[in-house]
Amino acid sequence: MSARTGSAPTISGSGLAPRRKRKRDAGIYYAMGLPAALIFAIFYFGPFILNLRYSLVKWDGITDSEFVGLGNFIKLVSDDDLFYKVLGNNLRFTFLVVIFQTLLSLVFAIFLVKNTKTNIALRTLYFFPTILSSVSVGIIWLFLYDPNFGAINLFFNKVGLESFALNWVGSEGSALNAIAFTQVWFHTGQMMVIYIAGLQQIPQELYEAAEVDGASKWQQFRFVTWPMAIPTTIVVMAYTTIQSFRAFDLIFTMTQGGPNNASSIFAVLIYQTVFSELRIGYAAAQSIFFVLVLVFVTVLQRRFLNTRYEK
Amino acid sequence: MILKFIKGFSLLLFALLILVPSLIVVFGASKTDAEVYNAPLSLPERWNLDNYRTLFESSNVGQSFLNSVIVTLASVFFTLLLASLCSFAISRMITVTGKVLFALFTIGLAIPGQVNIVPIFILFNDLGLTNKLSGLVLINVVTTLPISVFILTAFFRELPKEMFEVSAIDGASPLRIYRSIALPLSRPALGATAIFLFVITWNELLFPLLLITDPAKRTLPLSLISFRGEYFSSYSMIFTAVMVASIPMVAMYLFMQRSFIAGLTAGAVKG
Repeated sequence: MSARTGSAPTISGSGLAPRRKRKRDAGIYYAMGLPAALIFAIFYFGPFILNLRYSLVKWDGITDSEFVGLGNFIKLVSDDDLFYKVLGNNLRFTFLVVIFQTLLSLVFAIFLVKNTKTNIALRTLYFFPTILSSVSVGIIWLFLYDPNFGAINLFFNKVGLESFALNWVGSEGSALNAIAFTQVWFHTGQMMVIYIAGLQQIPQELYEAAEVDGASKWQQFRFVTWPMAIPTTIVVMAYTTIQSFRAFDLIFTMTQGGPNNASSIFAVLIYQTVFSELRIGYAAAQSIFFVLVLVFVTVLQRRFLNTRYEK
Repeated sequence: MILKFIKGFSLLLFALLILVPSLIVVFGASKTDAEVYNAPLSLPERWNLDNYRTLFESSNVGQSFLNSVIVTLASVFFTLLLASLCSFAISRMITVTGKVLFALFTIGLAIPGQVNIVPIFILFNDLGLTNKLSGLVLINVVTTLPISVFILTAFFRELPKEMFEVSAIDGASPLRIYRSIALPLSRPALGATAIFLFVITWNELLFPLLLITDPAKRTLPLSLISFRGEYFSSYSMIFTAVMVASIPMVAMYLFMQRSFIAGLTAGAVKG
């Protein structure tokens, strides 16, 4: 950071009286903030409000819409198995990705925390998938998962573990897990870098003191590293959660939510409700539920980690 | 001892897990289909650019590439311009307005624009913004404003206030302070944000999928998806297309690793 200049009392060189200048400046600040604020208000909050309106109608986008009140919401909650299936998928996907990605990135961060040449090279490699597009990553993994010529099944067959050679993304049982694995592969490096930045802030003296007290490696982790890493964990988990809810691109590329909606999450469901079924009002109601779930999960997670943190 | 083994083993395993698939694609782009299927891991018999030539001749990947370049450059430029102006204003406003503005963008950060796909699709249709690159630029700016404002405001708030105050007393207008002091000082933060925006805009699929139906207006990820549908059984061609879509980002990453890593984690760290 640049050096502080100090607030030396300066004699006003401005032609304007201080008060008038301050008033003029305030106006200019408003004008500077306005374009971004306006665009964001119109194209983010505007659609948000439109969404509420659409959720109250039945509409195919072509013929006249019909007001149905809370009909869409009632149907969604009381009579839609697919909706609950997708809700379950989304929560399972988020849970799997958050747990494994956070764990793996923490472990790798601990392994690679020292700035040696090898470690920096490995960090660069681990981070690499982050810069690829979800579509590219999805395509690469579709090839690896391919039941007939995919590298994964070739490997299992070669080492004599034929029973592990599955139709990874093609069967209902494994599709969502396979995509979750890809997602973890995709972003573990990114979260690892965040962890490394956090771990490097931990004062070295704490480890020295622990060693003097005869603490084992595990105890050092349990009583020094982990408590000091909790603030970073909050950041990593929050980021991963949002990222997993946004996995539309990856899932759309790999399975389009199939087979039989086994790997569908909210964004995919909403997209299909609009474009395959032309049920615009119903999709809007789904979107509003999506927001509620997202807020609920985020709040729950903050609560959980914050109580840990305060303890 | 066992710990050391586990450490080395897991580090090697994850390294291979990234290297092997990447090499399959790099090699695959120089192979025939038969080679890809029979020996995905082997070096290509002959390094060549035949697949690339076929790709550019038989599909409109070239056009999509150009579209992606235009959309990405324009989106990043406008987002940075609007976000830096707004963040500077937010950091300098002493009244509640700054806080309210900041809070609005924070909501956008917590609730992704994906929840708005229904109304955005209808709104953009009504406004005639579908099948236009300008429509994509607009929606990209909207969805990336929150994170950019977040990073840049955090940065501007850390700058020593006295520097701005002295120039203000000397009669400099806010715009002048923004241009001659704030912007030059924030070059690292702007650079990090720019890289973050480059990567997410270049790779974005959802909104192009929503707003573009005209093949001539496709961006690379969208074109990659439809290409995969057409060339379902030809992985050598598909890998070539993946290479074309990835090369710009990979090249930038190789030359600017540090800035990339800083940029792509800034959004999370500042949160």
